[in-house]
Amino acid sequence: MSMFRRQAGRYVAVFAVDEVRVLRKVASEVVGLLTDGFDHTDPVVGRLFPAVYPEDAPDTAEFRRYTEGDLKTAKIDQAGAILAALPDDAGGEVRLDAEAAEAWLRALNDARLAMGVRLEIKDGTDLGEELDDAVAEDPGSSRVFQLSVYAYLGYLQESLLNALID
Amino acid sequence: MGGMAAPQVAPVETPATDEVPASDRQWVTIVWDDPVNLMTYVTWVFQKLFGYSRERAEQLMLDVHHKGRAVVSTGARERMEHDASQLHAYGLWATVDKS
Repeated sequence: MSMFRRQAGRYVAVFAVDEVRVLRKVASEVVGLLTDGFDHTDPVVGRLFPAVYPEDAPDTAEFRRYTEGDLKTAKIDQAGAILAALPDDAGGEVRLDAEAAEAWLRALNDARLAMGVRLEIKDGTDLGEELDDAVAEDPGSSRVFQLSVYAYLGYLQESLLNALID
Repeated sequence: MGGMAAPQVAPVETPATDEVPASDRQWVTIVWDDPVNLMTYVTWVFQKLFGYSRERAEQLMLDVHHKGRAVVSTGARERMEHDASQLHAYGLWATVDKS
């Protein structure tokens, strides 16, 4: 697994081709969710665009009228920052300036939030245990793949954050 | 995106309380615990968005984590809505309420 390092004011990671494919897939899925498939009743959309007044639907709708377009654009742009920086269907180096690194952080977080809802990650969920259970049930299942990707994105986000804070 | 906003809790420039209409001062932005966001990321977002010190941001993050929620900024309703939408851009689960 790759991780980000700070190098002469840039944030650098070298990705294997499989990692590039996974990152491209999850970032594209976030963009898809925010464009074609945008639906407030989808729990993932509900998590990415929380009701600002949970007990006041009209005020929440009013808030969304003014803010949702910008928020959606920001989220699409940050997922786009991942797609823009990745090599084309090959392994290779990704080199980010501070602005792109922050966009990546937010986009990795959005992707993890979306996957966390679908995987029903709860407080106290032990990812290793979940993965063991899923493998025991069916090592080739989509859940095994999704859990592995979710764990990988968390690891990558943490490495980028550490490189940024250091 | 992600500019360094000034700390929004009790800024010194705020007029004396009795000059501020009640409707302009009794609002808070609340961040809720969620099982996905990394603790280090939440701390970083509080520093980034509110200009809080590492210590203060960490304390707020721990409050969110242990108590389930924390008030992260206080002020006029429009400011709190702005803060909440910024927090949403970072993927934090933020709501606005009367204090």
